[in-house]
Amino acid sequence: MTKGLPRQKPIAGIKQVIVVASGKGGVGKSTTAVNLALGLTANDPSKSVGMLDADVYGPSIPKLMNLKGNPELTDNNLMIPLTNYGIPCMSMGFLVDDVAPIVWRGLMVMSAIEKLLRQVDWGSLDYLVVDMPPGTGDVQLSITQNIPIAGAVIVSTPQDIALMDARRGAEMFKKVNVPVLGLVQNMSVFQCPNCNHQTHIFGSDGARQLAETLGVKLLGDVPLHLNIRETSDRGKPVVVSSPDSPEAEAYRKVASAVVQRLKEVRP
Amino acid sequence: MEHSNDGNLAQVQHVVLVLSGKGGVGKSTITTELALALRNAGKKVGILDVDLCGPSIPRMLSVGRPDVHQCDSGWVPVYTDAKKSLALMSIGFLMEDPDEAVVWRGPKKTALIGQFVSDVAWGELDVLLVDTPPGTSDEHLAVLENLKKHRVDGAVLVTTPQAVSTGDVRREITFCKKTGVRILGIIENMSGFVCPHCSECSNIFSKGGGEELAKLTGSEFLGSVPLDPLLSASIEEGKDFVQSFPNSATFSALTSISQTLLSSLQAA
Repeated sequence: MTKGLPRQKPIAGIKQVIVVASGKGGVGKSTTAVNLALGLTANDPSKSVGMLDADVYGPSIPKLMNLKGNPELTDNNLMIPLTNYGIPCMSMGFLVDDVAPIVWRGLMVMSAIEKLLRQVDWGSLDYLVVDMPPGTGDVQLSITQNIPIAGAVIVSTPQDIALMDARRGAEMFKKVNVPVLGLVQNMSVFQCPNCNHQTHIFGSDGARQLAETLGVKLLGDVPLHLNIRETSDRGKPVVVSSPDSPEAEAYRKVASAVVQRLKEVRP
Repeated sequence: MEHSNDGNLAQVQHVVLVLSGKGGVGKSTITTELALALRNAGKKVGILDVDLCGPSIPRMLSVGRPDVHQCDSGWVPVYTDAKKSLALMSIGFLMEDPDEAVVWRGPKKTALIGQFVSDVAWGELDVLLVDTPPGTSDEHLAVLENLKKHRVDGAVLVTTPQAVSTGDVRREITFCKKTGVRILGIIENMSGFVCPHCSECSNIFSKGGGEELAKLTGSEFLGSVPLDPLLSASIEEGKDFVQSFPNSATFSALTSISQTLLSSLQAA
């Protein structure tokens, strides 16, 4: 074990790392992360974007991006990311069997995260979007201590239970000096496909209010729409499968807001 | 571990873990509702909230931030009412600042959970429900290791119907099988949404995934709980949904699930 904290070292070839986090589970980090990555390229096709699924215990990126299989290795033993929709991806999900639980204590997780960061042949990328697991523990610490992060996007649903954790997530990033780019309010409202009645299933506007309280920007508001879940289950995220839909537009807006904020927080 | 510590769990009849693997499927909500339903059925219930990073139960039961006291046998749990029918222990009670982030690595979490499991003076309980964080990590291993001396009746797994959830819950099922934890059953949460205006049912998070998962893995399917804005509002405000909405479909679902669970526990 090395003494002291690991030193932050950038990943060669990657210009900016954006982490998508929340604190709370199940608010849509992974869904937001894939659609953000696709939104970034949709808004500016000249940009190259990669995805790192750091959710070691519950890797969702393979499912969402319709990717499967073990990564091949380059001549110098770097893992080659699997690519779909133009986005190279790496996930623990590619390295383990579908049903195998990843029952690892913190130390092993640290080691796995190191590999996912350093032993991947990312090539040259403008952005690396990192999908974080829920919580504020080993994975979050390992990533923030290991690599410089341009900014964090915090996803929350409107309800207080989620916001409490989102606030802790934001605080964690402040503690480790990672700029918080802003909040995404997810699952904000549901519109009945039959009668168009709107129901705020998970509460109303809480994330907007939290953003104001924390003094961070609200990057976007994504409604609860069947299409998002259906396309996710099919492995074709809404930004590519229904690019003209309001949901896809909402994600593209988040992507523009992220780019704008990155310019603002650049040291 | 000292033998005398088992004293704190000696009068607890049944211990049930509430697991998922996937975050945000409603473990804490289901734990709270099961506890309230069991209490409604006359049982003495305890909840141990080992989600150190996101302790939700205190908020859901509206217990605020009480002081936690020590007695000879350890920590005294927080009771939600004067009759002491529902006891709770959560890290939420030990933090100075409720908004403070608990950014700990594994070994520290393991140590605290060890204390939570052995050093809370639960007294007599019919059922102790253990609410866990998502995943299969230090917290889960710590709970199992510390509960080894006392019997763990088994685990209830909560999932939402969609593929990304059932995928993670499948891993959790394998975890249970490998660690010898009996799977008491699977609950499918957020199963269908009924529009309050026109009663059209929309399967926002899909439907049936939990039931299929149960069939696929040979586990019992305990039931489905619909996506109900009244339930989310109740939880948000820390109200007792079971008391407030006894005529709802959600109430029937929760009651039926808690009764099936209780029969399972008593039969074993």
